[in-house]
Amino acid sequence: MTARLLHGDVAVGDTLPELGVDVTATTVVLGALASRDWRPMHHDKDFAVERNGTKDIFLNTPNQAAWFERYVTDWTGPTGRLGRMTFRMNTSVFPGDHMVFDATVTGTDVDAAGCGWVDLDVALMVGDVATTTCAVRVALPTHDDDNPWARSGQGWRPGDGGAG
Amino acid sequence: MSGAPTTDLAEVPDDVLARIGQVQYEEEGGFPVEHGYIWTTCAAVENGNPLFWDDEVAAQLTDVPIAPPTMLSVWFRPHHWSPGRTEPAVPLQAHFDLKDDLDLPEAIISSNTITFHDPVRIGDRVRSRQVLRSVSDPKTTKLGRGRFWVIDVEYLNQDDALLGVESYTAFGYRREAS
Repeated sequence: MTARLLHGDVAVGDTLPELGVDVTATTVVLGALASRDWRPMHHDKDFAVERNGTKDIFLNTPNQAAWFERYVTDWTGPTGRLGRMTFRMNTSVFPGDHMVFDATVTGTDVDAAGCGWVDLDVALMVGDVATTTCAVRVALPTHDDDNPWARSGQGWRPGDGGAG
Repeated sequence: MSGAPTTDLAEVPDDVLARIGQVQYEEEGGFPVEHGYIWTTCAAVENGNPLFWDDEVAAQLTDVPIAPPTMLSVWFRPHHWSPGRTEPAVPLQAHFDLKDDLDLPEAIISSNTITFHDPVRIGDRVRSRQVLRSVSDPKTTKLGRGRFWVIDVEYLNQDDALLGVESYTAFGYRREAS
């Protein structure tokens, strides 16, 4: 089994390692098609410029969600289970941008069902601008034999608690 | 942002108020959840999580292979083309209905919350349904004068298990006259 993070290993104020990615047109188009988003502003530069008034094609929201998931689970390992994500889109990400993901732990708790939760404020930065922010609530094992993926019904309450 | 109601926007029509809390646009995805799209999505973001690449890890954690949770909305998006369809399919139709019904020609999604419930498993048939949750009093923002509304998109599998809910907060508005 791949190394995994336990709930007790995490404290409020912890920061996650940054992830930097050079965005290309391929990044944008591959992400849009993988998420079955056929809208032309995500693959047709002329359309994006002339109809949307943007400087180029840009990352679509579902693909950004996939990037946020990858960033968080790189940190948690495979036992980390996403419970909730809240996005705020401020501006777009274009080919040629260098995007950097960073995150801070804003809360930890164990709910009534015994599930260990960690709240994160994650930002997708381009330069000094937070193009998208995402509040994430992710479940981590509370001990070596705990598996958040085994939770269901009343044992899995992703809509409760946290700040998102 | 000002919350003071004014008379410059029409009242919310009764038929819009009647839709609050009602299920609309229940649709089934065009194909069952399959591994190829999962790998394509993971490749697009260089996601090496072994849960999606290693069957032994999947067996230990989730019994059977599952999809990344953030792929929730992927499974119901329509094909770009399909036989017999003459009009492009519009996702989040309840949102476009409100723009028309409230006579607010512009709209943005101001925030989006996804709550993940049961995992999406390979072979699942995902269906979605839209529920209007609320429509606000008139508000003024830097974009213009309009109303906020909240629409939930609920995703269920073939056994009626709830897979997740996407909650969209939108602001429909008219541009300020310049």
